[in-house]
Amino acid sequence: MSLVDETFRRLRSEGKKALMPFLTAGDPDLPFTAEVLKELAKRGAHLCELGVPYSDPIADGPVIQASYTRALEKKVKLADILKTAGEVAPTLVHEKNRVPVVTMVSYAIIYRHGLAKYVADAKAAGIAGAIVPDLLVEESAEFSELCRKEDFSLIQLVTPTTPRDRAKRIAERSTGFLYYVSVTGITGERTQLPPGLIDNVNWMRSQTELPICIGFGISTPEHVKLLAPAADGLIVGSALVRRVAAAATEPRAKVLNDVGAYVASLLAALN
Amino acid sequence: MAAVPSSAVAQVPDDVGRFGAFGGRYVPETLTKALDQLAREYDAAIKDPKFIADLDYLLKNYVGRPNPLYFLERLTKKCGGAKLYVKREDLNHTGAHKINNTLGQTLLTLRMGKKRVIAETGAGQHGVATANACARFGLECIVYMGEEDIRRQKLNVFNMRMLGAEVRPVTTGSRTLRDAINEAMRDWMSSVETTHYIIGSVVGPHPFPRIVRDFQSVIGRETIEQSQAQFGRLPNCVVACVGGGSNAAGMFYPFVEHKSVELVGVEAGGRGAKPGDHAAPLSHGTPGVLHGSFSYVMQDEDGQTSDVHSVSAGLDYPGVGPEHSYWKDAGRVRYTYCEDSEALEAFDAMARSEGILPALESSHAIAKGMEEARKRGPDEIVVICLSGRGDKDAFEVARLKGMKLE
Repeated sequence: MSLVDETFRRLRSEGKKALMPFLTAGDPDLPFTAEVLKELAKRGAHLCELGVPYSDPIADGPVIQASYTRALEKKVKLADILKTAGEVAPTLVHEKNRVPVVTMVSYAIIYRHGLAKYVADAKAAGIAGAIVPDLLVEESAEFSELCRKEDFSLIQLVTPTTPRDRAKRIAERSTGFLYYVSVTGITGERTQLPPGLIDNVNWMRSQTELPICIGFGISTPEHVKLLAPAADGLIVGSALVRRVAAAATEPRAKVLNDVGAYVASLLAALN
Repeated sequence: MAAVPSSAVAQVPDDVGRFGAFGGRYVPETLTKALDQLAREYDAAIKDPKFIADLDYLLKNYVGRPNPLYFLERLTKKCGGAKLYVKREDLNHTGAHKINNTLGQTLLTLRMGKKRVIAETGAGQHGVATANACARFGLECIVYMGEEDIRRQKLNVFNMRMLGAEVRPVTTGSRTLRDAINEAMRDWMSSVETTHYIIGSVVGPHPFPRIVRDFQSVIGRETIEQSQAQFGRLPNCVVACVGGGSNAAGMFYPFVEHKSVELVGVEAGGRGAKPGDHAAPLSHGTPGVLHGSFSYVMQDEDGQTSDVHSVSAGLDYPGVGPEHSYWKDAGRVRYTYCEDSEALEAFDAMARSEGILPALESSHAIAKGMEEARKRGPDEIVVICLSGRGDKDAFEVARLKGMKLE
């Protein structure tokens, strides 16, 4: 059982939902990434998703793309990200519970690093799992097997375009939780979420015991109130990345406080 | 001549898009349904006599196929070795081989009932060929093009707009072909239910590398037929330039089983062998994942795609089609590279000796074709794929030569 499994087991037994903020590693720099992770845990985020910057992220909208570009321009390397994670991830605790960190990482990066080595190095850094947005269930057998052996969650994604029989297969292969992508599209804040989303998530819940987290487009307490009853957790990315990016020009203490207050507003709407 | 190859010849890819270890499908889940639909539609289309007849008709009457296999008399004398021939893809409607693929994929778009087409373009030839095909069939057409390439290829940008296409400048990353593919993929992530993505090379996720190769393989099949008719045998050597690799894949694929024919792929050697100075992943790169496929790629130690350089916008790409990686590792095709300066010399030689202005992309193949001819005796035959004409490169060649165009 990975720390992700333990976290959802506990939350379910308490009848609670999870908030999972996403932030880009190394934007504006890794020391601030560590500060933000601590702030998120302090405010009560239940899990954190750490984006490993990639040069060609086709599933990402302008906000996350730009954050990846900035981080890469500053020569942020995977080794430095894992080192920072290793220092901060084991210290992330809220009300005596560890806050798991999972990476959002392109398969291009995992392959280059070495599949087994990625799992070993990420685990050693206190990372509990990976979301690999460009690794389809058909291509994931080898990596999935390695993750299973190491109790490292490999979180798979289902989207509005996924046929139902395929969604069932994906749920069978996913570990940790199932990532339900809310929209047919790329990451980024949206004012309106698609009709039918809640029905589709409800159907998915009838097919799997796995926790289901909804991501893409979620940015406001209203979104959180609307979707929390249907899901086990909600993922918020671009809205947070945008706030963190302000640290390039604004005092860091102020940015940290803004980020914390934003996450607190979402948490208040959650449970 | 049939518009697509017989299935008996098509040994790779397998049904999940693998060319040996290469290829596959590394894309977000959102795109899976459309890629599966495309694979199914393509399998049905190539068994449909009407689809084949429609495509044959267009290739003959709209594109002007078959184009000649033409003897370069003066260039052959100049090299003093093997006889040099060119396959005249430059004489196709729209001026390059790209139209072979865009017509095929446009017919697939119509079969799928989709009304909107997106495409990426580097040199602009694929964008123009897509815009022509969409205009011909009344489809909405949006072309993503890097800002740097828009500067280098003004004429093609203008032509696309005249054909009713919308050219969307891409301002991210290196502002070249690679970033244009990223933007087209992002558009497709949101529009996938109503839009077909006509990818322009033998790259991308399965089934694109196979479909584009098959539509382009008319080049190699005609060349074989014309070789038999003109010299009663196959050539000794066939040379083509490789960016993503579509003209080379189309030329080489029908020759793969003819083991006596040497196949030479020419990548962009740019300014030299230093990282960032060239666009030659088969010569200098390592296997990795880019744009949905596992193939040789220019990348750093973290798997981040490296910046590349070529004088030619159509070759300025850090990746390459997976089948080329397969042919490289299998030893069936020899891959080499040609530097910017050699390509410009070949451009001049072709213009002055033969009265043909070649595309800068094709000039890379001409340079190495001439080198092959010089190494060989007069009884041997070297065929170069003249993938496109040079009109589009007028501004860039003028700039490089320090001349001014009004």
